[in-house]
Amino acid sequence: MRRQLVCAVVATVAAIAMGSTETHARTIKLAFIDPLSGGMASITEAALNHFRFLIDKANATAALGEHRLQLDTYDNKLSTQDSVIQVQKAIDAGAEIVIQGNGSTVAAAISDFVNKHNERNPGKNVVYLNYAAIDPVLTNEKCSYWHFRFDAHSNMKMEALTNFMKDRPPIKKLYLINQDYSLGQSVRQTARTMLQSKRPDIEIVGDELHPLAKITDFSPYIAKIRASGADTVITANWGNDFALLLKAAADAGLKADWFTYYAGSAGGPTAVMRTGLDGRVFNIGEWHQNVPNAEMERFAAEFKAKYGHDWRYLNIRNVVEMLVRAINETKEPSATTIAERLHAMKHRSALGAEGLMRPADHQYMQDLYVYSFTRVSEATKYDEENTGWGWKTVAMIPVAQTMLPTTCKMERPN
Amino acid sequence: MLELIVISTLNGVLSGMQLFLMASGLTVIFSMLGVLNLAHASFYMLGAFFGYQISRWFGFWPALLIAPLLAGAIGAGVERFGLRRVHNSGHVAELLFTFGLAFAIEELVQIIWGKSPVDFRVPPSLDFPAFTIFSTNYPVYKMFMLLVSVAIFTALLITLKKTRIGLIVQAALTHPHMVGHLGHNVGRIFMLVFGIGTALAAVAGVIAGPALVTQSNMAGSLGPILFVVVVVGGLGSLPGAFVASLLIGLIQTFAVSMNGSLAGAFGPLGAADEPTWLADIWGVTIAQIAPVIPYALLVLILIFRPMGLLGTRDT
Repeated sequence: MRRQLVCAVVATVAAIAMGSTETHARTIKLAFIDPLSGGMASITEAALNHFRFLIDKANATAALGEHRLQLDTYDNKLSTQDSVIQVQKAIDAGAEIVIQGNGSTVAAAISDFVNKHNERNPGKNVVYLNYAAIDPVLTNEKCSYWHFRFDAHSNMKMEALTNFMKDRPPIKKLYLINQDYSLGQSVRQTARTMLQSKRPDIEIVGDELHPLAKITDFSPYIAKIRASGADTVITANWGNDFALLLKAAADAGLKADWFTYYAGSAGGPTAVMRTGLDGRVFNIGEWHQNVPNAEMERFAAEFKAKYGHDWRYLNIRNVVEMLVRAINETKEPSATTIAERLHAMKHRSALGAEGLMRPADHQYMQDLYVYSFTRVSEATKYDEENTGWGWKTVAMIPVAQTMLPTTCKMERPN
Repeated sequence: MLELIVISTLNGVLSGMQLFLMASGLTVIFSMLGVLNLAHASFYMLGAFFGYQISRWFGFWPALLIAPLLAGAIGAGVERFGLRRVHNSGHVAELLFTFGLAFAIEELVQIIWGKSPVDFRVPPSLDFPAFTIFSTNYPVYKMFMLLVSVAIFTALLITLKKTRIGLIVQAALTHPHMVGHLGHNVGRIFMLVFGIGTALAAVAGVIAGPALVTQSNMAGSLGPILFVVVVVGGLGSLPGAFVASLLIGLIQTFAVSMNGSLAGAFGPLGAADEPTWLADIWGVTIAQIAPVIPYALLVLILIFRPMGLLGTRDT
């Protein structure tokens, strides 16, 4: 009898002791909410693999000490309503970090929802990490303390692109074709305004908006571009809308210079290669495979060996690296402490370059590159999507030159 | 200008013929069986995915043959074991049955092939420019699509109007008992027609798959426009569907090439109205509303000519 009692006491004490050490080790849940079905699913899958790779690595190397990261996926079908439902579902499942990137309309809805949630549920906050939705309003008029953007927004990119175009005399007639939603509308507006001051001689011969993620055959649009006599096209199309646009251009044999935001995403390089426009398709981004850097080369190769496709987003590596740091620098990690740490975080990327999460608007600032797609050579070792063509840097924009002013009046919660 | 008109006409005819390829099966089933098959676009999708899978194993040409046969067999099975039983409960039950079937097929496709687009490519033997007009290339593959559509249209029309089988099928629709008394198996005729209708959808799927995008929501995005074609052409009228397909293809293509807007027609808005909701409507171009125009046409047709362009009975 006494023996049993002693056993029970020992067991209880042990249980309490173990419990108390375990309260520190936490599983931090990340909810990845993006279109996992439909035409945009292929680029989402690629981005998701990027996150999986980094998070598996972080857990395997115990980068967070005793804590662990857990990535759950939610399909928002590229719809704002579905996104909000999925965010709620994720929060109910215990997610503290929401990750989204594809679609700025969706991003605005999520940011709004996260704000409201955090206001109504003090102490149960959620932080939103945006790896790719680049409508400027998200860090300007609609900025939020809980939203952090890791990709340069479209005005920053357009500023860099137009600075590059300023010094290219051959441009005479320009065509704008964009998706009919917040980002596409913002890009067409900014392109017009910026070119008006930098290159008033360029004639804008077309300004097209087409439905987002609905068109399967772009040949009527290509016919229109050709009929306009444009020698240069600007497009912020992404995902299938880019790949199919360039596929139609290749089929019709349209010869023009292209300035793009997303020629590098899944399906894009293959379509560009088929146009045969060697060195005439320019893209703007934070990194490409032929930026010389031993660490990223090794890293991208390791990723490709595991997932069978190219590493595309330095941004995603920054997201996870900065998140890991934010968690490690706080004793009791939570959305609130993570947001506090990220708020003005300086970060040295895998390239060794300094970046900054600007506290005024939570827009990450980093070097940008303009690069063109061309046959691989000595300088461009790595090709994309096994096309035999790869990216080549034509201009590098240091971080200081990318810093556009913001209109954000950020309200910091108490 | 001439260039744009010529190219748009060509593009419009091409996309119209693509539409017809898909709508033909729907029309055949409706005119023969009186069943509006809401799952028709799903058979089109099945055709595309079967075509993708088989072309990976055996190549494109066997796929073009086998995929429609498979989809047709499934279609015949659906008629024999599903529709025929539901038929006794009337038209609403039939509609609901095919409506549910569409969802079932979509889920099934997602389970097997996933939700993202599959890499279904144009076969190399058809992947080069056919001719160049105003320095725009036209791929051989598009010409191939055009050819197949025309061939199917003529074959169907001849079979229905000129052959014995066609006569029996038409008779079975209006006088099933009489045809039965004459020694024909009416059930089997219906099954055959449904099988052929779905096989036609699958042919369209195999051919359109590589040219457009093969993904699990392709049925959902295509379904509505098919009904526009069939209603505008006249329910059950094959020539009607042909004309309506061409019409809608041309309208959509030409609409895209037009930049007109209310602002262009009546001048820009006054400063007072600039920030209001009116500004959005004022600035929208015809090109932007191109995808909606066919549905507007559908509404107009139903109001002013309910039997459709070439139809003989009221919808």
